[in-house]
Amino acid sequence: MSAIKLTLNGVAIADDVVPRLSLVDFLRERRNLTGTHLGCEHGVCGACTVLVDGEPARSCLILAVACDRHDIRTIEGFADDSVMAALRDSFHRLHGLQCGFCTPAMLITARDLIRRGKAGSEAEIRAGLAGNICRCTGYTNIVAAIAATARSLAGGNVA
Amino acid sequence: MKAAAVDYVRPGSLDEALALLARADVDARVLAGGQSLVAMMNLRVATPELLIDIARLPELRAVDEDADTVMFGACVTHAAIEDGLVADPSRGLMPTVAASLGYRAIRNRGTIGGSLALADPAAEWPAVLAALDGEAIVQGPQGRRSLNCAGFVTGIYETRLAAGEIITGLRVPRLSAGARWGYVKLARKSGEFAMSLAVAVHDPARHHARIVIGATDGAPLVLDEASLLCAGGRFDADAFRLAISADLDRAGDRQFETFHRDLHATSALRAIRQALA
Repeated sequence: MSAIKLTLNGVAIADDVVPRLSLVDFLRERRNLTGTHLGCEHGVCGACTVLVDGEPARSCLILAVACDRHDIRTIEGFADDSVMAALRDSFHRLHGLQCGFCTPAMLITARDLIRRGKAGSEAEIRAGLAGNICRCTGYTNIVAAIAATARSLAGGNVA
Repeated sequence: MKAAAVDYVRPGSLDEALALLARADVDARVLAGGQSLVAMMNLRVATPELLIDIARLPELRAVDEDADTVMFGACVTHAAIEDGLVADPSRGLMPTVAASLGYRAIRNRGTIGGSLALADPAAEWPAVLAALDGEAIVQGPQGRRSLNCAGFVTGIYETRLAAGEIITGLRVPRLSAGARWGYVKLARKSGEFAMSLAVAVHDPARHHARIVIGATDGAPLVLDEASLLCAGGRFDADAFRLAISADLDRAGDRQFETFHRDLHATSALRAIRQALA
């Protein structure tokens, strides 16, 4: 077991993990943060995307032990985030989800696209979402929801 | 699937990492971004017994530059190159390549040195660094040495790295002002591994012209005849088609299926057209 200390959704925590434990299993099974979903487990489907030090990353391709002294944010940690609030609203209004399995990671990826100014057109949004698979194939409304959010925030204060 | 049991150390310096690697009496693997290695561990294609995590070593994340070259620390991420957070010796080629590589969540973690060290046959950097005439700086029990990136990869997941050696940096010569390049990646879906990729670099002031194709089920392939023609600086599609075809014929160790051979010929020609036309 290795002792780790990290910031999880803004809170400093300490835990002990075996090195083979992935970050996603740590989040779901040790911290009960089940909003992060586990799909393919080899970095292709994108369902497990979280923020590591503010940047999107695959939590299935990161060992929990390597997160020592880092800052992790999961879908449960965006309550005070204005961009995420706008995205939630657009996904709700425009029916940007079907079964919902891909949604937490879609939101985290979408927020990153907007934050980096990479949600300016449908083509750009679709390219940015290439690493997040929706097996319901509900992309049309997901893309529309992200485009609507980007438009509504344009000129505003994007965090 | 879940990774098999493994031990993990995060050394505080490169020297410590090298010592750990030299001392290890078990199957030790160096972990950089882990974006391929951890996936392979999850699939149990790779079952190392010890991971030596070098991703956060400051000396491997630095970028130094002088008038002629840029030296990338091995653990510089694809995203840092994509975003122009580090110097670009390639007049836009390297950021373009970085942006085409996997997905943003992968690029935020994956590293240029890790990509070269793993030597996945479909990976972008081995071919691109070869085309740019980069050098890999490696350090190991016998000290430090420098290896040309063209020829560094010797086969599928095989390189000239010796036991106990770690890639510490990549030195890339600066393209001169009049240099041009072309880059083509053919994949069915954005972010997928390439079915074919081609890089063309033409830098007349430095007398450097090199065409390299990747995703050839082996080491990146330098197209010698096409490179020689490229040095002439004139785009003649028919002449290049013949040269590329001759180069592919000469790559006798590769068993190209007709479809893949056509893809490689097409991507090479398109990259050359970008660079010259």
